[in-house]
Amino acid sequence: MNYRWNWSILLQEPYTEWLWSGLQWTVAISLVSWAVALSVGLGVGVVRSLPSGILRVIAGVYIDVFRNIPPLVQLFLWYFVLPEIVPETIGLWIKRDLPYPEFVTAVVAIGLFAGSRVAEQVRAGIEAVGNHLMPAALATGLRPMQAFRLVVVPLGLRAIVGPLTSEFLVTVKLSSLSLTIGVLELTAQSRHIENYTFQGLEAFTVATIGYLVIGLCVTGLMRLIDDRVGGAALRRAGS
Amino acid sequence: MSDFDWGVIVRSWSFLAEGMALSALLVAVATIGGLVIGFGLALMRLSSNRLIASPAAAYVTVMRSLPLVLVLFWFYFLVPLAIGRPIGSLASALIAFVMFEAAFYCEIIRAGINNVRQGQTEAGLATGLRRSQVMRHIVMPQALKAMTPLVLNQIIIVFQDTSLVYVVALHDFLTTASIVAARDGRPTEMYTLVAVVYLIICLSSTKALELYRKGRAG
Amino acid sequence: MIVLEDVHKSYGKLKILRGCSASVKLGEVVVVCGPSGSGKSTLIKCVNGLVPFEQGSITVDGVSVSDKKTDLPMLRARIGMVFQNFELYPHMTALENVSLAQIHVLKRSRAEADARSEKLLARVGLGGKLASRPSQLSGGQQQRVSIARALAMDPKAMLFDEPTSALDPEMINEVLEVMQALALEGMTMMVVTHEMGFAQRVADRVLFMDGGEILEDTPKAQFFTDPATERAKQFLTKVLTH
Repeated sequence: MNYRWNWSILLQEPYTEWLWSGLQWTVAISLVSWAVALSVGLGVGVVRSLPSGILRVIAGVYIDVFRNIPPLVQLFLWYFVLPEIVPETIGLWIKRDLPYPEFVTAVVAIGLFAGSRVAEQVRAGIEAVGNHLMPAALATGLRPMQAFRLVVVPLGLRAIVGPLTSEFLVTVKLSSLSLTIGVLELTAQSRHIENYTFQGLEAFTVATIGYLVIGLCVTGLMRLIDDRVGGAALRRAGS
Repeated sequence: MSDFDWGVIVRSWSFLAEGMALSALLVAVATIGGLVIGFGLALMRLSSNRLIASPAAAYVTVMRSLPLVLVLFWFYFLVPLAIGRPIGSLASALIAFVMFEAAFYCEIIRAGINNVRQGQTEAGLATGLRRSQVMRHIVMPQALKAMTPLVLNQIIIVFQDTSLVYVVALHDFLTTASIVAARDGRPTEMYTLVAVVYLIICLSSTKALELYRKGRAG
Repeated sequence: MIVLEDVHKSYGKLKILRGCSASVKLGEVVVVCGPSGSGKSTLIKCVNGLVPFEQGSITVDGVSVSDKKTDLPMLRARIGMVFQNFELYPHMTALENVSLAQIHVLKRSRAEADARSEKLLARVGLGGKLASRPSQLSGGQQQRVSIARALAMDPKAMLFDEPTSALDPEMINEVLEVMQALALEGMTMMVVTHEMGFAQRVADRVLFMDGGEILEDTPKAQFFTDPATERAKQFLTKVLTH
């Protein structure tokens, strides 16, 4: 391998700044997308575990559609297609007046895709707990909706802190898709540096470390949360 | 809002079909190569020798923490450097996919093997079978059965993943469609088509897989 | 036949076995009993090297289990083992379960192995279940297949690790009868079990374990009438009143 190492390139302007700003965009997209994913996913997941009803069907369709179209294609639908198919005034507004259009589009697309995955986890968690505890809850005289609301949902949500951690990490990785519509997040910036300097090894290494560090932080944080609520759930289920 | 012109799909049909063929090639190579290397990684991770297990574990952890886009850039950059001469982006992408998906297949295979109860291994050893024989005749057949649905599910995910070769300008299904979209100014038609085609293929595969799972459980 | 000397075993800080010594002579039936967690299962799994131990020695037919030079698979092939949870291979028929190791360890041809398996399955009363999968058999039937699987290797001794404790009560006897017949034929057996009736009928000696130690090693008659330790007395009262 014939390669001239030059780690100092990373400390030169403007490359340090590029990477730093890329990292900030990655974190920003991940966090806001996750907020979207979590709120949509929790709602849809709970609705999806209801015994019946039109809402349950709609939730099922949402999960099926959003999970079965590649996220990059979804991003393009939001970015290229949506402004064309909405009424003209709205389309124009999206194209001209929407602040940070790429960022907003990326967050919506990634958030709704991740939301469908979160919804599946929520449903699975609620189902697992429900199968166990629903009979017991009903036996104490709770009505089905009460049992669902007071016992099954709260415990089901505690049970899925672990799976949700992986979903958040998936969301962080998905944030890189936004480079295709021009958001200069971490991966995009490392690619830029490679294009400008040909020092790809250094640039990609920094980006790699960036993702690893984010992953470690998230895993550590979620483990703390899981210990709190997961432990509580276990104690309650055990007693 | 312009009127839609769905004829653009018919006119660009053969170009799109070539794109789909490339997507299929990526899926096939990523799956076969990923399974082979993933199996090797899984065996390494299951080794009691830490010098063998740790590198495999580190590899899998790192690969699973990185966006596929970054991995594609890595290999796009590294493969020619390692070989010492330029190599097509297809070859780089194929290698990237194999190495990336191997990490995921490794975890599926490892979970399948770990799922086989320890007692089964003990029973095999107790009759005098060697470890490799226990693996081959007792553990692997059961692990394979347990991991088949997960592998099939992963193939659907790989199919969705292949759309990311867009970032290295390989002409897969999505990229060919986006080229037509830009050339003819028909993004609505083309991206809708891509979404619908992916939806039909992935959703029907997912549902078929669910039926297969239920059929096996019942 | 089987000699254990000062065997120690721990998992991390947890000491499972604290210096166990015992022996089983040719043709002898030794029952190992004791409260759960006393180390019985670990002890019996040490005998064929399924559980490695840190200290002490075990020899089977003069061959050391812990010696690195010992061909452990060959040693294990000469000692049959029956597990609490049967551990039949779920992807194989009863016949294939019994034939597998004959083919791959003893290098018998498939026809030879199957012929031998058929005979053994008939002997444990399952001549009509050759093609059944474990999932199609009752617990008692599965355990009898697993006894046939162990016998197929023509073992010099048999180890039983709580062979009836995973069984429904009505199936316990069909398994015990097979074991009793084996004992009468002169098979050397080491049996971990709570079935005191079996011990009273079949055992030559009883080992009583508690807290990772062998507290008693006494002839059967003495164990049931006059156990030496207080803990064995308590154990017997609890087990026999059931």
